[in-house]
This record gives sequence, structure tokens and C-alpha cells, in this order.
Amino acid sequence: MSKLPGLARVGEVLANRKLPALVMKVNWGRQMVISIPFLWLAIFFFIPFVVVLKISFSEAAIAIPPFSDLFEWDPDGAYATFKLNLGNFLFLLEDTFYLDAYLSSVKIAAIATALTLIVGFPMAYLIARAEPNRRLFLLALVILPFWTSFLLRVYAWMALLKRGGPINDILIAFGFIDEPIRMLQTDFAVYIGIVYTYLPFMILPLYSVIEKLDGSLLEAAEDLGCRPIQSFFLVTVPMVMPGIIAGCLLVFIPAVGEYVIPSLLGGSDTLMIGRVLWDEFSINRDWPMASAVAIVMLVVLVLPIMFVRNRIGNKGEV
Amino acid sequence: MTTEEKSNQTNSDTNPLTAPVPDLWRDPNATPFVEIENITKKFGDFTAVDNVSLKIYKRELFCLLGGSGSGKSTLLRMLAGFEAPTSGRILIDGVDMAGIQPWNRPVNMMFQSYALFPHLSVEKNVGFGLRRDGMAEEDVKRRVKEMLDMVQLGHLAKRKPNQLSGGQRQRVALARSLIKRPKLLLLDEPLGALDKKLREETQFELINLQEELGVTFIVVTHDQEEAMTLSTRIGVMNHGEIVQVGEPHDIYEYPNSRYVAQFVGSVNMIAGKVSVDEVDHVVVESEEAGCTMRIDHGISCAPNQEVHVALRPEKIMVAHDKPEQDLNCMKGRIEEIAYMGSLSVFRVRLPSGKEIRVTQPNYARDMGARFTWEDEVYLYWDVDSSVVLTV
Amino acid sequence: MKRRSYFLMFTALLGFIFLYVPMISLVIYSFNKSKLVGVWGGWSLKWYGELFQNEQIIDAALLSFNIAFITSCLAVILGTMAGFALTRMGRFKGKMLLSGWITAPLVMPEVITGLSLLLLFVTMESLFGWPAERGTLTIIIAHTTFCMAYVAVIVQSRLADMDESLEEAAMDLGAKPSSLFFLVTLPLIAPAIISGWLLSFTLSLDDLVIASFVSGPGNSTLPMVIFSKVRLGVTPEVNALATLMILIVAVGVVVAMLQMRRKQKNDETEA
Repeated sequence: MSKLPGLARVGEVLANRKLPALVMKVNWGRQMVISIPFLWLAIFFFIPFVVVLKISFSEAAIAIPPFSDLFEWDPDGAYATFKLNLGNFLFLLEDTFYLDAYLSSVKIAAIATALTLIVGFPMAYLIARAEPNRRLFLLALVILPFWTSFLLRVYAWMALLKRGGPINDILIAFGFIDEPIRMLQTDFAVYIGIVYTYLPFMILPLYSVIEKLDGSLLEAAEDLGCRPIQSFFLVTVPMVMPGIIAGCLLVFIPAVGEYVIPSLLGGSDTLMIGRVLWDEFSINRDWPMASAVAIVMLVVLVLPIMFVRNRIGNKGEV
Repeated sequence: MTTEEKSNQTNSDTNPLTAPVPDLWRDPNATPFVEIENITKKFGDFTAVDNVSLKIYKRELFCLLGGSGSGKSTLLRMLAGFEAPTSGRILIDGVDMAGIQPWNRPVNMMFQSYALFPHLSVEKNVGFGLRRDGMAEEDVKRRVKEMLDMVQLGHLAKRKPNQLSGGQRQRVALARSLIKRPKLLLLDEPLGALDKKLREETQFELINLQEELGVTFIVVTHDQEEAMTLSTRIGVMNHGEIVQVGEPHDIYEYPNSRYVAQFVGSVNMIAGKVSVDEVDHVVVESEEAGCTMRIDHGISCAPNQEVHVALRPEKIMVAHDKPEQDLNCMKGRIEEIAYMGSLSVFRVRLPSGKEIRVTQPNYARDMGARFTWEDEVYLYWDVDSSVVLTV
Repeated sequence: MKRRSYFLMFTALLGFIFLYVPMISLVIYSFNKSKLVGVWGGWSLKWYGELFQNEQIIDAALLSFNIAFITSCLAVILGTMAGFALTRMGRFKGKMLLSGWITAPLVMPEVITGLSLLLLFVTMESLFGWPAERGTLTIIIAHTTFCMAYVAVIVQSRLADMDESLEEAAMDLGAKPSSLFFLVTLPLIAPAIISGWLLSFTLSLDDLVIASFVSGPGNSTLPMVIFSKVRLGVTPEVNALATLMILIVAVGVVVAMLQMRRKQKNDETEA
């Protein structure tokens, strides 16, 4: 093949300054590359939500699957009845248990996110300001626990926090307390668990913005009369805000729906919506109710956050 | 220094004198405003600034000129307080700066990157320093407005830095660093990020502003033309040392070393041997030039010492016919001509193989046609045109 | 200014201690002869022996590795396609939708993803009779769905950073789009694809909630078995298992870092 077609293409590229314009001509490959992942996500990500929505409007039934159908065919087959059951949602509003669970999840996730930020910020700052050849090592130290099992990391805290565990022993040995205190099965343990397991998600976005922070801005602030603490709040914090927001969302969203941590570390009174949903599904076998909980969670908690996130843009994204 | 003293700097000279700049540095009895005494700065094994001493006087516009890695920026950062000297002292207005933090120094800096806070508007950027001193809000507003009007940016007060052009950003940075009326303003490559045309305009604005406000400026630059235009005096730096300090004219016409001569402007360096060394003149024999050169200033050197004669391209005259003088006259062939409009540049090859660069002003329209490639020409110059350099 | 950096170092050091104390304690307790956490009964490899005799754990581990391997391969293919479509194919119908769908699984609470997929499978079964039963296949589908999102994001950011003129140059030299992808683009994004594969593998191996929703009876993955054991309290065999996992990961990370170091050095010497 001569080089002429190639040149012709380059002419096109230069004319359009866009590569895509020319890939567009090769339709089959292009269609496949776009439509296969598209279809996959449509079937296994989008349609499931439609199904959840549909089932949330149906009634629980002792059957397989354990819910009634929205459409019921008249025995004569002459007409179909459409039954929209709002009962699940009404019950959600009626019983304060669910509202409490939502509020308590948000509260626990918010406190845990704030704690994660407090723990993660100095670490991210230190790593970003370390010598370049040491940065890689420190980052690996932060990420390494993330590659080991999440479940086992939570489990490690069960052993540490229990009544006869090492933390109680140490506190007693140093005379801070006289007898073991209950730490496991409290909200405190849940906070520790969330901070511990989600710390890398906070540190990585923070690191990536702090690393890009221009040091001369801090010098300029000091030159104009700022003490370091002032320049931290007047310059550093506003400059790394996108990273703070990204990190907080990456921790907050999964923490709200967390199931494993409250089940293993929390007490029976640690109310979190993920746990409620799971119990509704597996213990009560009330699938429509579980669906309704999921839909409300999605609409009230997740969608607004995703909306905010899109508005801010993906600046702090890793 | 306390906060009150720091803010005092803003009240001490509210009425900037508009008298012409006195040439304090020529007066041996004058008190220097900034005294740098034997300053050394080491980063590990690397010596960035090596035993530098300098005296800078009030209302000077002093340029630190040097290539990258010459230590000029480090010296500036020590004045601002971002780096602590390894040894030596810095006095500003008689006060030892050791241990005084950047935020307490009577000094402001304009950063090379401008370091404008991207999250703050122009107004907030400029007022930043005043607000840190706890100045009343209406006073801040008034001062910011005055300052922005002075740099002709009043209409852009609400913009964010990323909505400004390069030149506008530069002026915001200047306004921000001047608004606290520092005794001393440090400027790190103030014009480095601007394009050539804008740079030339801005140079003069900078000089006017400095004269108007009566602030002492220390400018770091690698651009020798900029240093020549701006400064009252230049300190040329190389490998962490100050190699020469002087007025632009002195630096250009009487460089004290081959380094300075070559760094400031372009120059032909001709090797030779001293044959006569008197108080008022020197005679140098040069095989490279193929002639005897006479220079009308004395030097201190050993007899027959190898020296270099520095000859600026614009000081050489070109002719087809042999001039009357035998001294300071070389013969060569034109190898290349570059017509630059206002002047023409010739590259002339001497029989020794040495290449000489000559510039000729095009004072008549047909000047370009008088010489052409391969012409045999004579190059000659006056006894007061060249300089002998021993180092 | 010095004081501030000491404060910073101190707090960051506390952070690193916080990260590693639990893991180190797991390792130490795995060698404890006593079954009780608070009591040190001397060094012992007893729990490792019991771990390797526990058929339930071994079976679950094999199942999990199986699922993780297939999942990460599928996720890499689908995720790379999606990432490529979003960065290199200009505008197409549904692009906004695709880019929304591809990032949503990253922030979706696991309980919602798990529940919605289960309900989908149940509905599909009653409508089409497929999937006939829930188990390995449904877990793989579920895991692939959220893992491909991670791969797509990684590939996307790599492609966005990549200089398009490299591909333009290849086309100038006569490469057709298909050979362009395999000869130029793929080798350039290979590091992103490898890290996407590894991440998918780990995520799949780690997942408890989604797998619990979509698996059927008799298909317990490793996290499910661990969870049911751990719920009842501290189990020394799990300590031994955790130690082995930490060991594998640590070796993997060290090898990866050495590899990166060497590559950096090579690049430097070449330059």
C-alpha cells in the first residue's frame, strides 16, 4: 500500500485537529467498542435499578421470589390489573426506625469522614512534601494495607479492641483506667473501623493536589505578613479544597452504606442503613421493603452527592 | 521585630520624595541601606552563595545578574527570609535580619511566577498583606484602589488571576508587593515571563514606579539587556560569587574579567602577550590578530604575560582600503553578513583562523551594498576602544 | 518553620503507626499458641496447620481465586473498551450516559449494587429462565460490573495523559485503526491495564457484600466464610490466613517497587 492514503488522512487530521473524526469512518470496530461495554452496563447496572424501583412498589409475599407482581392477569385473561403499592414507602415514613437509621448513618459517616480528614491530611502533606524518591515508598506504605483484605483489616480491630485485648491491657498497665472498658461494639469502634479502612481514599486525592500546590504561594503569603498557621488556612486549605472534597466524598459515600464495619465492630444499637437493608433482605426476607430502603437511600443520599461532585468537576480526582 | 514595627514601615514614608536619585554609592561616607556581609549558603555539599559582601544604598535599583545556578536567586531568598544563611550577616536599615521570619521583615518580594493566589480576586490579592496587618477595611479598600489605579488595573479589580493576561498579572504582582510600602522590594525575574515587546515597555514603567515611590529595588535577572536598562548598579554573579559590581556603563566598558565581558553583551576575545606595560598604556602582541595592539590603560601584570584583549563588535570599523594606522589594525575576509535592519553583522575570518564579529550601523540606505561576501577588508579601532583582561 | 514540620512529622508518624499496628498484631497473634487474644501462650505454627486442614476455607479460597481471575480478565477487556470509547472516539450517542454509568459503580454503596443485581437475576430467571441458579456465574457478572468501572477510569486517565500525536504519527505511517490500537495504543496503556487487572483481582477477592447478595447456597466465597467465622469472635486460623495474605501482598508490592525503581534508573541512563 502506498503512503498516499496515509497522507490524505493526515490532511484530514490537520484539518479537523481531532483524531476521532477519522476513526468515525471505521464503523464496525467502533460500534463494537462502544456498544459492548454500553450494553453490559445497561443490563447489569442500569436495568437493576429499574427492577429495584419496580419491586419497591410491590408487596411482600410468601413465594419464590418473595414478592407480588405489579401486573396481575385476570383469570379470564381479558384484562390486566396494575397495582402500585406505596405501602413500603409509607411505612418508611411511618416507622421512625428507618428515619433514625438514615440519620444515624449520615451522622456516623460524617464524623468518621471528618476524622479521616484529620488523620489523613498531615500524612498526605508529609508525603507530598517529602523528597521525590521517598514519596513512592511512603505512598506504597499507605496503599499496601488497601491491597490486603478489607474484612481482615476490620477483623484486626476486633482483636485489638476487645475487652481482654491489648489496648485495654496497655491502658490498664499505664494506669489510665482501672478495669477494661468496652470499646468493641460501640460507635467509637465503628469510627475507628471506617477511618482505618478508608484512609487511603482520603490520602490519595489529597496527596495529588498538595503535590501540585505551588510552594511560592505559601512564601508569598508569608512575605505579605502571614504566620504559617494563617497561610495554612488562607492559602493551603482553599487551594487544596478540590482534593478535600474528593477525598471526603470517596470516604463518606461508601461509609453511609457500610455493612461490614457496623456488623463486626458496632454494637446492636449502632444503627446504619446498610445493615438495616441487609437485615430486611436476609432476615425478614421482605424484598420489597429492602428495595424501598435502597431507593430512598439512592435518592436522598447518593444522587445529591453525585450531583454535587459533577458540579465541582473532577479536579481532585486521582 | 514586632508586628507594630512591621506595620510602621507603612507609615514611615507616606510622602515619597520625588527628588532625583542621589548617587549614594559614589559617596564613600554614605550609610548603606542593605549590607550583606560575608554571606555563604550551602545546601549539603553544594555552595550556592560563596562569601558574598555587598552594600546597597537607599533608592537604588540594584540588579543581580547571572546565569542559572549562579546563586542570585538564593541570595534574594536570603534577603526575603526564606533561606537562612550558613554564615554571614544581613543588615537592612541597620537591623540584623538573623532570626527574623519572612512575615516580620520590612521587605516584600515579587515572585518569578508572580505567585498570585488563584482563589482570590485581583483586589483581594493586592489587599492581602494589608489585611494581615489588621488594617481597617475602608483603609484597605482605599489603598488597594490607589495602587490598582497606579498600575492601571482599576477596571479589573474583580477578576481572578487566571482571567488576566501575562502583563496584567505581572502588574498585579507588582501592586501586591508594593502595597505595604516596604523599605526594600525584591524582584525575582520581574519581566521574565513577558514577551519581548511588552518587556521593553514594562522596564520603563518599573523605573518610573521605583523613582516615584522611592523604594529600594533589588532585581534578580539573567537578561543582561534588562539589567543594563533598569539598574543604577549591577552585581554580576558567577558560581555563587559576586565577580563585579558597578554601574551599567562600567560593567560594559570596563569588565574586570573575561566572564563579565562575555556575559554582558557580545565581545571578541583576542589572545596576546604583553610587550610594553606602562602606567597609561599597554602594548599587546597578538599572533591571533596578526597585529600589535595598543590599549590606553595600564594593568598590573608580569612582563610577557598572556592576556586577552576584549573588543566589542560595535567599536570596530571596517574598510576596503588600508587605514593609516598600523597599530590596532587586522586584515581578514568577510565570511558572512547578516542584515538586521538597524545594523549589519559581519563575520570576518582572520588569516590565523580566528573569527571576528563586527557590527556596523546602517546610517545610509546603501550601507548594506558596500561590503559583500568574500571581500578582503581591514578591521581597525581606537586605542580607547578595547580592554585588556588578565583573568 | 522548623517546629511546624516536627509537628507534621509527629502526626504523620502516628498515622502510619495507626495503619500498621493492627496488621502487625494480626501477624503476631497468628503465631500465638493460645486461642485467647489477651493471653500469650508462646510461639507456635499450630494455626497454620489447622488452616491448611480446614477444607471449608481451602475450597472457599479456590472458588474466590477462580472468580477473581475470570472477573479481572473480563473487567480489563470491558473496562479498556469503555475507557477507549470515552477518550478516543469523539462524540457518539449515549456518551454522557456511558461516562455516568462507568463512574457510578465506584460510589454506589455495595448494599445497593448487591441488592439490585440480585433482583435483576431473580427477575431474569422468572422471565427467561436464565440464569438458572445463582452462584459462580452471577458473582462473576456482579464483580465484573464494578471492576470494569475501576479499569475504565484508570485506562481513561492514562489515555487522556497520552500524547495523541503518537497515534497520529502511526496513522501517518500508514497504520489502520485496528492495527494502530494493537501496535501503538495498547503497548502504551499496558501499565494502566496491568494495574487495572491487579486492582480488579483484589477487589473481587475482597468483596463480601455483593457476593453475599448474588451467590446461591453452597457457593461461599472466602470473604463469606471468613465473615461467618469472625462474627462469632476471634478465630486464630483467620489470623494465620491474614498473615499469609499480608505476606503475599507485601512481597508483591516490594517486587513492583523494585521493578519501578529499575525502570526509572533505566530511563535515566537512556536519557
